Amino acid sequence: MGRYVARRLLLTIPVLLGASFLIFAMVYALPGDPIRALGGDRPLAPAVVAQLKQEFNLNDPLGIQYLKYLGDMAQGDLGTDFRGRPVLDTISQRLPITIKLTVVAIAIEAVIGIAAGVLAGIRRNSFFDNVVLVSTTLVVSIPILVLAFIAQFVFGLRLGLFPISGVQEGWYSFLLPGFVLASGSLAYVARLTRTSVAENMRADYVRTARAKGLPNRTVVIRHTLRNSLIPVVTFVGADIGTLLGGAIVTESVFNLPGIGRAIFDAVRAQEGAVVVGIVTLMVFFFIFFNLVVDVLYAVLDPRIRYE
Amino acid sequence: MSDQQQADLRKDEVEAGTTTGLASPSVDVTSDRQNSLWSDAWKQLRRNVLFWIGAVLGLLFLLMALFPKVFSRGADPRDCSLSRSGQAPSSEHWFGFDQQGCDYMANVVHGARNSLIIGLLAVVVILLLGVVVGAISGFFGGWVDSLLSRVADIFYALPLILGALVVLRSGFLGRGVVAVAIALAAFGWMTAMRLVRSQVIAVKSSDYVAAARAMGASNGRILLRHILPNAIAPVLVYATITIGVLIAAEATLTFLGVGLQRPAISWGLQIDAGQRLLRVAPHLVFFPSLILTMTVMAFVMMGDALRDALDPRQRS
Repeated sequence: MGRYVARRLLLTIPVLLGASFLIFAMVYALPGDPIRALGGDRPLAPAVVAQLKQEFNLNDPLGIQYLKYLGDMAQGDLGTDFRGRPVLDTISQRLPITIKLTVVAIAIEAVIGIAAGVLAGIRRNSFFDNVVLVSTTLVVSIPILVLAFIAQFVFGLRLGLFPISGVQEGWYSFLLPGFVLASGSLAYVARLTRTSVAENMRADYVRTARAKGLPNRTVVIRHTLRNSLIPVVTFVGADIGTLLGGAIVTESVFNLPGIGRAIFDAVRAQEGAVVVGIVTLMVFFFIFFNLVVDVLYAVLDPRIRYE
Repeated sequence: MSDQQQADLRKDEVEAGTTTGLASPSVDVTSDRQNSLWSDAWKQLRRNVLFWIGAVLGLLFLLMALFPKVFSRGADPRDCSLSRSGQAPSSEHWFGFDQQGCDYMANVVHGARNSLIIGLLAVVVILLLGVVVGAISGFFGGWVDSLLSRVADIFYALPLILGALVVLRSGFLGRGVVAVAIALAAFGWMTAMRLVRSQVIAVKSSDYVAAARAMGASNGRILLRHILPNAIAPVLVYATITIGVLIAAEATLTFLGVGLQRPAISWGLQIDAGQRLLRVAPHLVFFPSLILTMTVMAFVMMGDALRDALDPRQRS
C-alpha cells in the first residue's frame, strides 16, 4: 500500500508540471501586449515599459520564463498581478468562497443522489424508479448555464426564496448556486447508486442473508448498501476536484467572488500570473482528490489490493 | 459487414455473456441466425421509447439547422425594428422580439446551425484523436502507452470549460465556429482515448486475435479488422452523449464571452443578451435555453438508449 501511494505521488509530478506548463504556454503565447493594455489610453513611457517587462520576465524565451516561475513558486511566490497584488493574496481571499460552494454542492449531491438511487435500486422498474430515471435524464440534459437562470428566475425572482447574487446571507446564499453546481453530479450519483444497488440485490450474499431470515431493512442497510456505496463514495470523492474547477459558470452567474470568478476575470484581463497560479492550484486539487479516491478504493474494496 | 467480422462480433458477445455469467452462451451457439452485436443492439434499440424521442428530436434539430427558414415561418433573423423591442410572445410571433426588435423565433431557430456544426465537428475530432491515440496506446503498450497516457492525464486535469476558455482567449485559433470546435476537442478527447485504450487491451488478448496473428496478419490489419470493430462500441455511446455536452459547452463559452461573436447567431449569445433583461423580458432567456436543453437532451437520450442496447447485461 505504501509503495502504491508513493508511486502514485511520483506519477502526479509530471502531470502537475505538464498541466501548468500547458496553461503557462497558452497564456504567455498571447499575441496582445498586456503592458500596453495596462496603460490604457495614455501610452506608458518606454522606460516604464522596459522596467515592467523586466519585472515580469517578458523578455525571456518561454521555457526560461516558466523555469523562473517554477523557481519562484518553490519559494511560495506565485508572482503578482499587474497592479502589484500578490496572486497568493487573491487566492487566499477567494478560495474560502469556492470551498464553501463545493462543500454545499457535495452535500446536496451525496444526500439526495444516494437517497434517490437507493430507493430506485431496491425496487427496480417501480414507479419511483422510473421517476428517477426520467428526472436524471432531464437534469443531465439541462446545461448548468440554463439551470442557473431557471433557478435564479423561479426561486430568486418569482418566489423570492433565495438570494440570487452575492454572499451576503452566509451559508444560505450558497444553497441555490450549490444545487445548480451539483445537479449534473447529483443525477450521476443517483444512477450509479441505482445500478450498483440493483446489481447487489441479486448477489448471492444477499440471498443468503434473506435465507437466514434477516428482516428486509437489515439486508438492505447492512448487506447491500455497504457494498453498493463503494463506487459512489469514490465518485463523490473524485468529484470534489471537478467541482472546484467547474465553478466558473456558477460563480459568474450568481456573482460569487470565488476562484472560479477570479479566474474568469483574470482570463478576460489577460492577467497571466493569476490564471497560471489558480489553474495550477485547481489541477493540484483535482489530482490530489483523485489520488485519495484511488487509495480509498483499495481500502474499501478488498478485492482490489494494490502491491 | 463480412462474415468474418460478424463471427468475431458474435464471439465477443458470447465471451461477454460468459464472463458476466448472466447471458447464456449456449443459446447463441445453437441459434441458426448470425446475430451480430449491432443487429442485436438495433433490435433492442427499436423497442426503446426514449431512443425514438431522442432520434425524432435530433432529426428535428438537424432539419432546423439545414432549413431554418421553414421553421422560422419565413421570418428573417436580421429583419429588426426597434419599435418592437422586447415585445412578449404573441400568436403572430411565437417567441416575441429581442431587444433590437428582431423576430426571436427566427433568431433562435437560426442558432441551431452553429450549435450542431460545432457539436458534430468537435465530436469527429474527438473520435479521431481518441480512437487513434487510444488504439496505439492500448495495442503497443510499453513506453508508448505510458507516454500517451501521461499526456492524456495532463489534459484530463484541466476542466473542459477552463481549458477551452484559455485557448480561445489567447486568440491563436481565432474566434469562429472551427476555432470553438477545435478548442473543445483539444480538451475533450481524453475520455474517448481511455475508453478505446481499455477496450483494445481487453480485446487484444482474445483467441481470435492470436489466431489472426498466427495466420500472419500484420499489426495494422489486426488492429483495423479484428480489434477496433470489437472495441468501438463504448466510445460510440460516449460520443453520442458527448455531442450534447459539447453543444452545451459551446453555449457556455459563448456566454462567457470567448466563443462565437456577433454577428454570428448563437444560443449562448442570446442567453447572454437576455440575462440582462431577465426581470423585464424573461422570454429572451427562456426560448434559447429551452431549445438548447432539448437539443442536448436528444443526444443524451440516444446515447443512453444505445448504451442500454449494447450492454449484454441488460439482455434477457
